[in-house]
Amino acid sequence: MWASSYRFLAEIPFVAPIASKEAGQIDLLWWFLNAVSLVMTVVIFAGVIGFAFKYRKKPGVDPVPVHGSNVLEITWSIIPFLVMLIMFWWGAQLFYTSQNPPKEAEEIFVVGKQWMWKLQYPDGNRGMNELNVPVGKAVKLTMASEDVIHSFSIPALRVRHDVVPGHYDALWFRATVPGKYRIFCTEYCGDRHSQMIGYLNVRNQDDYNNWASGGSTGTLAEQGQALFTQNGCSTCHLLNEQGRCPILKGLYNKPVLLNDGRTVIADDAYLRESILQPNAKIVSGFEANIMPNFQGQLSEENVIQLIAYIKSLASTAPPSQTGTNPPAGTGVPPAIRKPKTILKEQAPIAAVRAPQQ
Amino acid sequence: MATTYQPTTTEAAAEEPVNYLNVEHGWKSWLFTTDHKRIALLYLFSITLMFITGGAFAILVRLHLTQPQGLFSPETYNRLFTMHGVVMIFFFLVPSIPATLGNFLLPIMIGAKDLAFPRINLLSWYLYMGGALFAIFAVARGGVDTGWTFYAPYSTTYSNSYVLTAAMGAFFAGFSSITTGLNFIVTVHKMRAPGMNWMRMPLMVWANYATGLIQILGTPVVAIALVLVGIERVMHVGIFDPNVGGDPILFQHIFWFYSHPAVYIMILPGMGVISEVIACFSRKRPFGYEFIAASSMGIAILGFLVWGHHMFVTGQSVYTGIVFSFLTFFVAVPSAVKVFNWTATMYKGSVTFESPMLYAFAFIGLFTIGGLTGLYLSTMATDVALHGTYFVVAHFHFVMVGGMVVAFLAGLHFWWPKICGRMYSEPWAKFAALLIFAGFNLTFLPQFVLGYLGMPRRYAAYPPEFQVLNVLSTAGASILGIAFFIPMIYLTYAWFYGPKVGPNPWQAKGLEWTIQSPPTTFNFDQTPTVTEEAYNYGPREENYVA
Amino acid sequence: MDADTLGMWTFLITEVLFFGGMFAAYAVYREMFPLAFAATSEFMNVKIGAANTAVLICSSLTMAMAVRSAQISKTSHLIRYLFGTLFFGTIFLVVKAFEYHAKYVEHLIPGPNFHPDNLAPQFMHNAQILFFLYFCMTGMHAVHMIVGVGLLTFLIIMAYRNAYNEHYFAPVEMIGLYWHFVDIVWIFLFPLLYLIGHWHW
Repeated sequence: MWASSYRFLAEIPFVAPIASKEAGQIDLLWWFLNAVSLVMTVVIFAGVIGFAFKYRKKPGVDPVPVHGSNVLEITWSIIPFLVMLIMFWWGAQLFYTSQNPPKEAEEIFVVGKQWMWKLQYPDGNRGMNELNVPVGKAVKLTMASEDVIHSFSIPALRVRHDVVPGHYDALWFRATVPGKYRIFCTEYCGDRHSQMIGYLNVRNQDDYNNWASGGSTGTLAEQGQALFTQNGCSTCHLLNEQGRCPILKGLYNKPVLLNDGRTVIADDAYLRESILQPNAKIVSGFEANIMPNFQGQLSEENVIQLIAYIKSLASTAPPSQTGTNPPAGTGVPPAIRKPKTILKEQAPIAAVRAPQQ
Repeated sequence: MATTYQPTTTEAAAEEPVNYLNVEHGWKSWLFTTDHKRIALLYLFSITLMFITGGAFAILVRLHLTQPQGLFSPETYNRLFTMHGVVMIFFFLVPSIPATLGNFLLPIMIGAKDLAFPRINLLSWYLYMGGALFAIFAVARGGVDTGWTFYAPYSTTYSNSYVLTAAMGAFFAGFSSITTGLNFIVTVHKMRAPGMNWMRMPLMVWANYATGLIQILGTPVVAIALVLVGIERVMHVGIFDPNVGGDPILFQHIFWFYSHPAVYIMILPGMGVISEVIACFSRKRPFGYEFIAASSMGIAILGFLVWGHHMFVTGQSVYTGIVFSFLTFFVAVPSAVKVFNWTATMYKGSVTFESPMLYAFAFIGLFTIGGLTGLYLSTMATDVALHGTYFVVAHFHFVMVGGMVVAFLAGLHFWWPKICGRMYSEPWAKFAALLIFAGFNLTFLPQFVLGYLGMPRRYAAYPPEFQVLNVLSTAGASILGIAFFIPMIYLTYAWFYGPKVGPNPWQAKGLEWTIQSPPTTFNFDQTPTVTEEAYNYGPREENYVA
Repeated sequence: MDADTLGMWTFLITEVLFFGGMFAAYAVYREMFPLAFAATSEFMNVKIGAANTAVLICSSLTMAMAVRSAQISKTSHLIRYLFGTLFFGTIFLVVKAFEYHAKYVEHLIPGPNFHPDNLAPQFMHNAQILFFLYFCMTGMHAVHMIVGVGLLTFLIIMAYRNAYNEHYFAPVEMIGLYWHFVDIVWIFLFPLLYLIGHWHW
């Protein structure tokens, strides 16, 4: 019902296409802001023009010294502030929703680099500047940048998020209107910034299935497995017994005790950092400087494939990382830093942003 | 035997009283002056040149955007819009009113002979010129293409343009701004004439004082941000480089910590001008004088607390964003209060429609729209949809051009007779005001729609469905560009050939109107003693001889 | 408060904001990499840093005495104390130069030759930023010291010409304020850069 009424409105050139319920909600807020602005503009214009003419200089009529009114000042401070509080609250609510993907959201990976968007689907499909999603399904985009700051935006869905190099950023949406919608990069990123555009194809389920089955080289996790072997990860990260390195089976999203006493969650950001900067965090009981540093050797897309593989490793036993050495500090007295609790590390909101250490 | 007596030039000149313009001649008397009025004119000349430069870039940008694929190459376009922003913000808007009208009027308005530190005043102009030379050099050598915001890591690592040069230009301009602000603050505290207590000061003084506070507190932070970008660019040490653990978002925090208060540097002096103009042409004290003064201070202070609203979509924590959003709405209140007070000033006044007043009307209307559209951007959910689009471009042009530039013109027209002792052509002035208003609206109103439809900013090429609105915008820009030249012409003409006027052609109140036009070097023969409240307006006298 | 004094205080406030940007960057990165920071400060020579701190504090003492001397028109004392301040300030800069040279020799200057020895491997990644902050903050401080030395020289020359007495000593006071400010910046820099992580001498 949203879809059909907005489709009608969309014929009018001043209503931008709306492709999801959330976008429609944001548009409602937009029209509220328009209404308030229109009223205020009319009030001020009428006031200025009205007073200017009514009190224009007339012979024999002197200006009357009306210098102020505390009541008026307070009134016209408080009432606009209250109206603005409505805008604030409404906007904050919708924003909070936009930053919290539903649990069932399917994850698609986006890598931005000058000047293209590379897409990786869990079933192994790849895309270049074209994002395909089935209608009605929640989709979470986990995004990385290979170089400068980009920003992924789909106007029809009213979603946008900067893609900042060095960590993952995420946005989510649930498209409800099939169609083809524009994707723009909206953070200036160099010469061909305006060419960094593409399309979102929202497809009906059958149409989507047709598209998805169109050939691939294995699922994303299978691609990751191939990389895992090719890059020698499997020599240390044995799957069935503990070697010199932490077990990866069942690791995803579980808490990990580090050698400095902190506990962190092994989420996407943690896995990415562990691959690209392995010495940034050392698991308790293991040594530093053993894992090679893959920064520069693995692209962001490779990292995404590897993470998909690690996620796919189901666990039967809880990962107890005992290692061969007793848990020890680095010689720095624990008084310097208290262990962070699990709750503090779990950031359920906003982008999947890695604490840098 | 009667001969017709022809006065010699010297004798004719001797009839003209000594003023700050004719007291000394020669380039040294200008380049080494410490007279705040001469320094104001030095600034006026320089910033006009920079305005023309920045405006030329703007015209080229708008011409380029008539075509979906553009007229110039993307590389050229990227430099054009960046240089437009850098020149207009750092070299025109930030100094504009404070360095020209503020420098000229502030001492006079409080009854002083000059600013507290006249030589530092001259130094600030030289710092500005140094910075401007760097900027012009960067332009001549091919420009910068990072956007005026210099975001890392593009500016530090990837850009192939003259980032360091442009950043140094902005750095020096920043120190010019700091010294001006410092001068104003000390002057207002220490050099008010007897009887000129704080609540008798003209609102123009309050506005420039509040601006000075922002200048001294905010500008050093962007100075260090630019230094860090420069060092990173030259030495690649990684402070903003994620590959060595640096954080690009840290740059944004440091940058916007200044650049948001900077927009209040750019608008507060304009608001001061409008208060003066509306009071004079309604023949009334500004309604709610204390509230207008307090709101200037409130904006200055609150303006430092809201910078994160430029960063809602960068991945900063939602709670951080919520705090910034709330505080941004808070800072909107004092601006709204001012608009209401100016409108109420006309109530039961005696309003006339000379050109400064027309500019003031334009300011109120355009600033209202600009300010209201800011609310869309403080609202987090709509900001997600509008950030990085032409909506933002339209918003800030409404407040900066429709607000500040219009206010600057209002002030120039109001005080021109005081500055040069002559009056300009009122019909041309009215015509220019209307043309600017029309051209401006045609340029920027379509951009709100473009932003809502999703067109990103800083785009050298765009999808064809946006072309109609872009062409409309360019049509407006052409009108606006021509319209801006008109005052330059008739004001310059009036300087040399306009009819002479006396001290107070507008029958205005304020100490500046009690001294001759143009003023003498030390403004007052004797330090005045202030005994009445500011804006002691009454009806105009009939048969007043200006 | 005189206009001059108010002007100088206002300028010092801008300096607080200027250094403040760097302190903010320090704070952010320290929060992100606390252990790496502690490890880096092992590379700083606490004894030299402490000596330099003492030198600067002495220089502030002599500066304050200089201002006092000007206030009571004792020009000979004024010149003596100004020389003392200049002496201590120069010592500070010389020691700093030696420190920087030592860092250069140990390949600790960020850039292509950056190569810290004996740094725990997990901190290697962030080490460059930390050293960069060290050089940036102390370097900026040193620049301000050099300007201060120049101002002191100017004061000494003017004092020789008997320019200052109890009726006119504003420049001495102003430059004194500036000098004390630069000293205070160092008082903050020293613990933040040298002393964190040092639980033993």
